Amino acid sequence: MSDLSKAPPGSTAHLDLDTPESQIQTYLHHGPAPPQDEKTYLDANELVLNMGPQHPSTHGVLRVILRLDGEKVLGTECIIGYLHRGVEKIAENRTYTMFNPYVDRMDYVAAISNGLGYCEAVEKLLNVQAPPRAQYIRVILAELNRLASHMLWLGTHALDIGAITPLFYTFRDREEILKIFEKYCGARLTTHAFRIGGCQYETYDGFEQDVIKFLKFVRPKIDEYEELLTTNRIWVERTRGVGVLSAADAIDFGVTGPVLRASGVQWDLRKAQPYAAYAQFDFEVPVGRNGDTYDRYIVRIAELRQSLRIIEQAVGAIPEGPIMGKVPKIMRPPVGEVYHSIEAPKGELGYFIVSDGSTQPWRVRVRPPSFVNLQALDKMVRGALVADVVAVIGTIDIVLGEVDR
Amino acid sequence: MADEKNDRLNPHPEKPGEAQRTGEDAPTLEQWTGATSSPQPMPQGGQAPATASPAPHPGATPLKPEEKETPKPAAHAPSKPAGPASQPWEDELVARLRARFGSGVREAGSYLGQNYLVLDPSIAYQSLALIHDEEEFEYLVDVTAVHYPERESPFEVVWILYSFAKNQRIRVKACYTEAEAAPSVVSLWATANWLEREVFDMFGIRFDGHPDLRRILLPDGWQGHPLRKDYGIIQQDQEWVKINLGIESGQ
Repeated sequence: MSDLSKAPPGSTAHLDLDTPESQIQTYLHHGPAPPQDEKTYLDANELVLNMGPQHPSTHGVLRVILRLDGEKVLGTECIIGYLHRGVEKIAENRTYTMFNPYVDRMDYVAAISNGLGYCEAVEKLLNVQAPPRAQYIRVILAELNRLASHMLWLGTHALDIGAITPLFYTFRDREEILKIFEKYCGARLTTHAFRIGGCQYETYDGFEQDVIKFLKFVRPKIDEYEELLTTNRIWVERTRGVGVLSAADAIDFGVTGPVLRASGVQWDLRKAQPYAAYAQFDFEVPVGRNGDTYDRYIVRIAELRQSLRIIEQAVGAIPEGPIMGKVPKIMRPPVGEVYHSIEAPKGELGYFIVSDGSTQPWRVRVRPPSFVNLQALDKMVRGALVADVVAVIGTIDIVLGEVDR
Repeated sequence: MADEKNDRLNPHPEKPGEAQRTGEDAPTLEQWTGATSSPQPMPQGGQAPATASPAPHPGATPLKPEEKETPKPAAHAPSKPAGPASQPWEDELVARLRARFGSGVREAGSYLGQNYLVLDPSIAYQSLALIHDEEEFEYLVDVTAVHYPERESPFEVVWILYSFAKNQRIRVKACYTEAEAAPSVVSLWATANWLEREVFDMFGIRFDGHPDLRRILLPDGWQGHPLRKDYGIIQQDQEWVKINLGIESGQ
């Protein structure tokens, strides 16, 4: 690149990450403003590149402004909020029961986990417990949902990097999970399967058989994904050593879920602070070593297998009994506040609910794992190549519905 | 709409007549009909007057409006289920904080098994730094806020912290007025950056020492902070919508 002391007309070189949005807008509409001093022109080798919000590899409406030196990323800035629907404000204007379906629309590929977290948080506030049968059903569905979420992640992530085949494989297998959801509660994506105090529906005839059949079906499929990718030269080259996040950085950035575990921190809320019926099942928490994109892939594949293990133990042992606990028809939790979090497929999903004793919550705060994890993107891609940004956005596994809420 | 809004601004309305209807203490059919708690005197001779039990046709509903009133006292006797009371929280961490800051630690309690601290706003940063540096709370789970418009310091900022070593979660709270700024903890936990920006965006609470305090979810030019209680559910920045979207209203 030639060393330009002054930016030529039409160049965006004088815009950088510190440029206020208003100036960028002015520039886009009216062209460059006359320079006020020499400092206005930064290093002529720097280029500001806008990525998204309409870009297939950003997994939704995420806009990233990249500051580049050639192919090298000097810094990034995420612009989010395109899907902001004010979920927390809506919660304050709905009763506890009425808000339940809204949580499905946050992380819409893991709606079951959202509902589980919300219902358990309100149950804690009401001081009631879901009966054991409901808890087993919840665990089975939540783990099936974790499988579905990880499968969707794997297919799209591999597609971003250039491997098209896994997308068809994972969507084919995820379909079987959605069929079970549909048979159980009538919906495939935004399931609204749970109620505060238990489950809405009893399992249908043949539920257990369907789940067992699915386990048998999917076990060899996970090996198939691994055959396609784990030792694939291109896959390894594109992911190993890319987007490295050390354990200390991961904790500092509050990153949770598979991203944290791939950095070598063996922490899973299902083990650390067991909820639902997780204390009764035997499973391991897979961890990575290097905290790179490859390790995050390995950790999620291992989690698929652990989820199968949990479902296998749970489905044969669903206790008999009621599926709804004793909850009042009109819920008025006593004045107080509670924070409850669960291990969603993407990390720690927390609900902080403040009750003023009325039928509507005074405040509902959702602690979204995608939002917090996305913040570490800048740390992970500094110094990497542009193509790696795509890989790293994919590996964090964000859902913009949850980032923006 | 206006009444409802007022209601929401008053968080603890004492409505004496309003009984807590729960699954457990819902009045039974007998109570509703006054069969058991009827104040009517028993007629002499133990024989009911013919009018009291006229044996109407079986399909007739036994609920009469005036009889509905009678069981009310019985129904709301066990009124609101007084939730589990907040217990005092005594711990080495609390003791150390009390030794350092004295009465700056306003309250240390435990509700539903979850520990929380209420701090004086002036010592919030020092306490959080101490909790981070010396007490191994290396993971900041969340920063959020709650708006209580009727209070003197209406904005309660909540920091949720977790310690991997102790497997313990605590909540630290401090209240601020409109004019005061909360301390930024970005220097302690990098994750606070976006979380504080979101609190600023939604509540308008400023964080002193934040490197880049801008809106994050709403557009930069937006007026108002939607999670405040005086911001209506369908309210929006009309001017912003008109200028930027070219439409009259987003509704």
